[in-house]
Amino acid sequence: MNPFVTSFQAIVYREALRFIQQRERFVAALVRPLLWLLVFAAGFRAALGLSIIPPYQTYITYEVYIVPGLCGMVMLFNGMQSSLSLVYDREMGSMKLLLTSPLPRWWLLFCKLMGATAISVAQVYAFLAITAAFGIVVPPLGYLLVLPALVVAGLMLGSLGLLLSGFVRQLENFAGIMNFVIFPMFFLSSALYPLWKMAESSEILHTICAVNPFTHAVELIRFALYGQLNVAALGWTLLATFAFMAIAIYSYNPNRTGIARRG
Amino acid sequence: MGGLEVFEVSYAYGSRVALQNVSFKVPPATFCALLGPNGAGKSTLFNLLTRLFSAPSGRIEIAGYDIEINPRIALSQLGVVFQKPTLDLDLTVRQNLKYFAALHGLSGAKADKRIDLCLDRLDMLERSGEKARKLNGGHRRRAEIARALLPEPKVLLLDEPTVGLDAAARRGITDYVHDLAKQGTTVLWATHLTDEIRPEDHIVLLHQARVCATGTAMSFSGELALQDRFLQMTKASSS
Repeated sequence: MNPFVTSFQAIVYREALRFIQQRERFVAALVRPLLWLLVFAAGFRAALGLSIIPPYQTYITYEVYIVPGLCGMVMLFNGMQSSLSLVYDREMGSMKLLLTSPLPRWWLLFCKLMGATAISVAQVYAFLAITAAFGIVVPPLGYLLVLPALVVAGLMLGSLGLLLSGFVRQLENFAGIMNFVIFPMFFLSSALYPLWKMAESSEILHTICAVNPFTHAVELIRFALYGQLNVAALGWTLLATFAFMAIAIYSYNPNRTGIARRG
Repeated sequence: MGGLEVFEVSYAYGSRVALQNVSFKVPPATFCALLGPNGAGKSTLFNLLTRLFSAPSGRIEIAGYDIEINPRIALSQLGVVFQKPTLDLDLTVRQNLKYFAALHGLSGAKADKRIDLCLDRLDMLERSGEKARKLNGGHRRRAEIARALLPEPKVLLLDEPTVGLDAAARRGITDYVHDLAKQGTTVLWATHLTDEIRPEDHIVLLHQARVCATGTAMSFSGELALQDRFLQMTKASSS
């Protein structure tokens, strides 16, 4: 078999195996968005009025609105979790094993990224299954059409995680990254409230939300769940994916001694 | 063409020089001990030999292939045992080896056959189903050596592979790797423990970022015991 295919299968399988062995991670990945959906959304439903905005054809409840944002949240946390695993791998030495393989480094990192994305997508589907059990459903075809959107969003957030792992020096520094990346990215996006709501309160915040790649990932998922393609969101998400991936691969370049030293 | 050549390699971490104009050759089918006190630059050299770092100057050839010009071919000639254990403790020995085999493009029946062979050679076959976490230090090292041998490397690098092992495990691993060299593998064994080196072994003494001596252990130690000669050399140049 082609060594590229063999290595791809092995790396993705290992990531999956590692995820299966960490049951707490799976539970946490589901409990977190469910808490938002069942507790936070219940409280906000009365306070937040939503007008009809695309892709919705009618008035929707707040729970329906935040489902795509929570799918993004699952992926965002998973991207950071995989980044944490990379930093751990580097500290434990197993990253050396990967990087001394006679395959191109970009390919090895891409395989890692695909592994993380596959896990991310699986988690989102588990989350969507639970939301369906609570009666929050999307058109049946949406569950299928959202798959490519989830892959693109997962790759973008995984690339961001990969990028951060290239720059985070030690495991201990990771909590700071969580606070400075996850929370601003999530709250300054359209995950919890539509952008027009944000514009009503602050134009600056609205601008920040509009350029936040996570906003576009969420909108890509939102439209795909309702069988529509948001071309602008796809473009922005792909652009961010390539930018993050390029910087991440550069950060793992052996010529970049600062990173190599920690390899 | 199965040897190892390092020519005029230098490396610095910012202003701190880790290696300066390091040059040496390890002929094919030779056991060469890279001897040096802690902080001499051995691990930096290993990181350059495995292309985890890229040397800004100089040249490294693995089995005749320049690691910068032909990194993929050069790395495919190389087996590495790192100082820190790199087994995935939650996987079985076989799963660890399968993963590594795949990273080298080996899969299916061919990989299984090779895994069985390498584990058998290191008396680890009956432990192939055990999780790495359950193995003692000696067995973990054996598993790592078996893993490094999977792609049939021409050059084997071992970075202080016996650290933390008991005397029997150290002896077993040292003897086995000496046998590998006799059978045709080029071995570079980083250590600061002189009792792992035999009189006929080659030596590269690395100290304060430079190569201080090369040759056979016998010619290096002369009238003195190897340990005394090593201490004499490293103390003399430190003071």
